[in-house]
Order: sequence, then structure tokens, then C-alpha cells
Amino acid sequence: MKWLKIILFLLPLLLAFSDLEAQQRFPKPEFHTKYTQPTPTTPEPRGVGMEFVDVLVLLVVLSLTSWFAIKKRSRNGILLLTVFSAIYFGFYRNGCICSVGSVQNVALAFADPKYVISLYALLFFLLPLIFSLFFGRVFCGAACPLGAIQDLLIYKPITIPAWLRKTLGFIPYLYLGLAVLYAATGTEFIICRYDPFIGIYRMNGPHLMIYLGIAFLLMGLFIARPYCRFFCPFGAILNVFSRFSRRHLSVFPTKCIQCKLCTTACPFEAIDFPDEEKTKPDTKSNTRRFILYMALIPVLMLAGSWIGSKSHVFLSKAHPDVYLAELLISHPELKTDSKNIDIQTFLASGKSLETLVAEAQVIRDKFYTGSWILGAFLGLVIGLMAMNQIIFRRREDYQANKGNCYSCGRCLDYCPVE
Amino acid sequence: MNRKTFINNSGRLILLGGLVYLTGSIIFKRKVSASGKYVWQIDPFKCMQCGRCSTQCVREISAVKCVHAYQLCGYCDLCGGYFKPNTHKLNTGAESQLCPTGALKRKYVEEPFFEYKIDEKLCNACGKCVKGCGSFGNGSLQLQIRHDLCQNCNECSIARMCPTNAISRVPIEAAYQIKGDFKNPALTNPK
Ligand code: SF4
Ligand code: SF4
Ligand code: SF4
Ligand code: SF4
Ligand code: SF4
Repeated sequence: MKWLKIILFLLPLLLAFSDLEAQQRFPKPEFHTKYTQPTPTTPEPRGVGMEFVDVLVLLVVLSLTSWFAIKKRSRNGILLLTVFSAIYFGFYRNGCICSVGSVQNVALAFADPKYVISLYALLFFLLPLIFSLFFGRVFCGAACPLGAIQDLLIYKPITIPAWLRKTLGFIPYLYLGLAVLYAATGTEFIICRYDPFIGIYRMNGPHLMIYLGIAFLLMGLFIARPYCRFFCPFGAILNVFSRFSRRHLSVFPTKCIQCKLCTTACPFEAIDFPDEEKTKPDTKSNTRRFILYMALIPVLMLAGSWIGSKSHVFLSKAHPDVYLAELLISHPELKTDSKNIDIQTFLASGKSLETLVAEAQVIRDKFYTGSWILGAFLGLVIGLMAMNQIIFRRREDYQANKGNCYSCGRCLDYCPVE
Repeated sequence: MNRKTFINNSGRLILLGGLVYLTGSIIFKRKVSASGKYVWQIDPFKCMQCGRCSTQCVREISAVKCVHAYQLCGYCDLCGGYFKPNTHKLNTGAESQLCPTGALKRKYVEEPFFEYKIDEKLCNACGKCVKGCGSFGNGSLQLQIRHDLCQNCNECSIARMCPTNAISRVPIEAAYQIKGDFKNPALTNPK
């Protein structure tokens, strides 16, 4: 009886071992000659321990740019830093991780309890924003590798009409909203996927990425900083933050003498003109318009969230699990398609279609919440953009627009005032 | 303080508060790793050699390579990873080799054993040999992201396309997941 118990106790162990034996079809040979078995090499990841240095460099570049832009008033200093950033963050560190992409890491860390964000990604996100709250968009001025490569390749900038600029200026907010939605739902990092310049910095990459980068750079010869102005999602946040900055680069050192020289300097049309007396709107009708627009914002947000929640089904198709579940439901005949790797893997995994659909439903629910928030956010953006048109701000001088100015410093050299 | 500075100051305070809230909520969920860095790696027990590793990497030539876990190898003469199935002549002619680029090299050790080694410069991570070795041999060949080549993208573009979700971020201390000795179950299958 006792023995039986022992055997019963040992049996699973024995079985476990024989099972392991079975995994190795061919036994390990016993060599008779002097043969030492090699071990697989495991090359170290590139740039281990560089992240700390990166953050430090970013901090120094941001501080120096602020100093050059506000105190020193030196375009050459900023230019030098721009070249440095393109070389260091771009060509040397291969442009990853950059602050622009870190938005997604932060969004995912905020939404997904399992995702662990590295401290460096978090700092890359925070530092430029904090600096923009105090000194304006100094990050764009010299520290951003994506901005740097575009800034250095401005050749003959053309003027873009204000209405077009303002309409296209909506794209970054849309891009930002979609990037956050896709990151927070764990679908993908679209900013990284469609980053136009990273392939150029790495001098390696899929053809499409490289062509996109070259196209942007060629366009940038005439349309200054096209990615910054009409696409960059991080620029959208910086734009808002910078409007409330404590200090900001000033085109003139002491007093504007209305010489208009600076207006030709800025390739981004970021200098606001002083208002002429006759354009000063009549206050009464303006107040009425102001109230009307204020009332319009909630309506726009509601409409936006309605459209957003309606489009969540479409938006969620970008998630591979949702896509696969839909495909299997709508085209069951594809199960026999041996070329469709995703379907074959799913079938081989032994997971039931119900489980997959349930998982996809969870993701789709997340998309539902995310999409209506996205819609409301975009409604708010449109509302505020419209309101910005009618708000009258007294302006007597030629001065940089705090939201749109990249603190590149070009205008500083043009101002004749000492 | 005039109205303009008031709006300016309060706006700044609100935005600063937003940043503090965002950072705080991430930090207090203890989701920030200060010490560690993460890298992308393939779990060899999940990978089914779909072939996307050779085409989806952002590098023109994939950062994924075939790696040989010699510990597991049977040093077989008739290697399922080296020869095409149904090859009768065990010669090293290109027509009987499975690897399309000739990256898998074979060296005679002693009767009847052969050592198999990967020339990483030639390997394009197609996974054919890995599949062959897995179906007919010990499964000692496997795919791994080589960190000297990998750009450590913010999001690995192969991971997004991998049908078995075999690619995930791992702490840098465990940057490689190479199959171990079958006698040690912990090393053999960590999952
Ligand atoms: S707008 Fe975006 S891409 Fe351009 S410099 Fe600023 S952060 Fe960089
Ligand atoms: S510092 Fe600002 S306003 Fe001056 S040229 Fe540069 S972007 Fe334009
Ligand atoms: S994509 Fe995934 S399954 Fe396909 S070869 Fe790479 S790791 Fe293996
Ligand atoms: S068969 Fe494919 S994965 Fe194996 S060594 Fe050759 S190229 Fe690399
Ligand atoms: S992280 Fe980037 S470079 Fe590395 S394997 Fe994935 S796609 Fe390739």
C-alpha cells in the first residue's frame, strides 16, 4: 500500500521527465574528439545607458535655445544648436525616441495598466512642454530633430494665404487625436509609422518611408517646415502651451519702429501685424458674435461626439484582432485559404471564434469611448479656432505669434532697433 | 495685474496642473521604469515562422536573424533545417539546401556529427530553416532580434504584424530569449 502511494506520487514526475525526453528527437551527441560546443552570440543592444545622456543633452539644448532666443537674441546660436540636434538626435541617435512620438507612449501608459513607460520617454514628453510654458516653443526652435532637418533645408519660402494656413492648421489636431486614440487602444503607433524623416536619419528603411521623407524635404524647400506646420501632432500641443508662456522671444529688443523689415524674415508667416484703426470691430456686434460662438462650442462638441461614436466601428478596424474577427465572420470561406497567415495561425492556435469575437468586442468598446471623446475634442478645436478669429486683441507692434512662432530666431537679425 | 496677464497666468497654471495630473497618475500606478530599458524580442516558443520577420522590419535587411541554440542541437547528418525535405544526397550543393541565401553553413565535427552555423550577413530571417529544424529536428534553430542591428523602434513594426504576437518588449537584462538545455525545464520553456 505504501509503495503504491509512492509510485502514484512519483508517476507524474516520471511522466513529466519522459515527456521532456520526448521533446528532444535526437539526443545530444557525446563527442570523442576535442570539440567545444559554441555558444550563441548575444550582441548588446545599441546605446545602452545613453538614455540618461539623451535627456541631459535635451535639457541643455532647451536651456541654451531659450537663452539664445530671449536673452542673447542670436539667430546664429540657435542655428548652431539646430545643426547639433540634427546630428546628435537625428543621425547619431537615429531619432528614436523623440518627443513627438512620446505622446503615444504617454497615452498608452495612461490608458493601459499593463504598459510600463520608460522614465526617459516620459521626460522627453514633459521637458519640451514645460519649457514651452515658460519660454515658448524653444523645442521646435532647435531641439526637435524633425524640425531641425526641415529648418536647415528652407530655400525659397513662399507665402501661403492665411485661410489655407488656418484650415490646414486643423490637421495636426486631427492627427494628434487619432494618434492618441490608436495608442491608447493598443492598436499601433501611427506617428512612428508615418514619421517621414526617421528613414533619412537612419539612412535605412522601407522605400515608402524614404520617399515620403524626400518628398517632405523637397516640399520644404518652398513651403517652410511643412511637417511642423500642417501635420506635427506634438506641435499642436506645443502651440497651445506656448500661447500661455511666461516669456517669449520678441522680434524687437526694446521698441518696434514699424519698419516692417521683420515681416519678410519669417518663413512661417508667424509674425502678427498691428491692427489698423479702421479694422477695429464695433464692440457691440462683436460681443453678440462672441456669445453666439460661445454657445456654438457645446453644439460643435456634441455633434463631434455623435460623429465620433458613429465612426468607432470604422476606426476600430485598424486593430488586428477586430479586423480578423470581422473577416472571419463576413468571409468564413477564407478559413480554407492556406495563404492567409493570420487566419491559419488563428485556426492553429485552437482559440474559438467566440473568444476572438469577445476580445474584439472589448477593444471595440474602448474605441467607442475613445471615438466620442475624440469627436468632442475635435468639435472643441473647431469651435476655439472659429472663436479665435473674432476675438479682438489690441496689437500695436509687429510681434511673433506665440502659438505659431518656432523661436527660430530669423527675425531677430532683421530688426534694426538696437 | 491686468486682464491679459491674468488670463496668461491662469492658463499656464491650468496646463501645468494638467501635466502634473497626467504624470502623477502614471507614476502612482507605478508604471514608470527608471532603471530598466526595454527592447523588443521574439519568444521562440510562440513564433511559427510566418516569414514576416524578413519583410516587416523597418530596416531594409531585417534585424532578425536565425540563431542556433547549440545546446539543443543533435548535430545530425540529415539536418531538417539544412536540407530540403526528401533530399537523398546529403551533399552541400545549393540545390539540396533549404536556406535560400546559403546562410546556414555545415561543418564536419566527427563521425557522424555536423555542426551548423549561421552566417548572419547572409541570413534574411525567412525562417525556412527554423521551420525545417522544428518539424524534423530538435528545434535548435530559432529566430531572434539581433540588438546590434535593431533600431529599438518605439513600436517594432514586425510586432504589429506578427500573427502569433510572439514579439514583445522585454527588460534589457533578458534581451535574448534563446532556447536552453532540454534537461532544464525552466530554460526550455519559460512560459
Ligand atoms: S512642430 Fe513638431 S516636428 Fe516641428 S519642430 Fe515642433 S515638435 Fe518638431
Ligand atoms: S522666431 Fe518666430 S517669428 Fe521669428 S522668424 Fe522664427 S518663427 Fe518667425
Ligand atoms: S512575425 Fe512572428 S511568427 Fe512570423 S517569423 Fe516573426 S516572430 Fe515568427
Ligand atoms: S533559411 Fe532563412 S532564416 Fe534560416 S539561415 Fe537561411 S535565411 Fe536565415
Ligand atoms: S524594433 Fe525596429 S529594427 Fe528592431 S526588429 Fe523591430 S522593426 Fe526591426
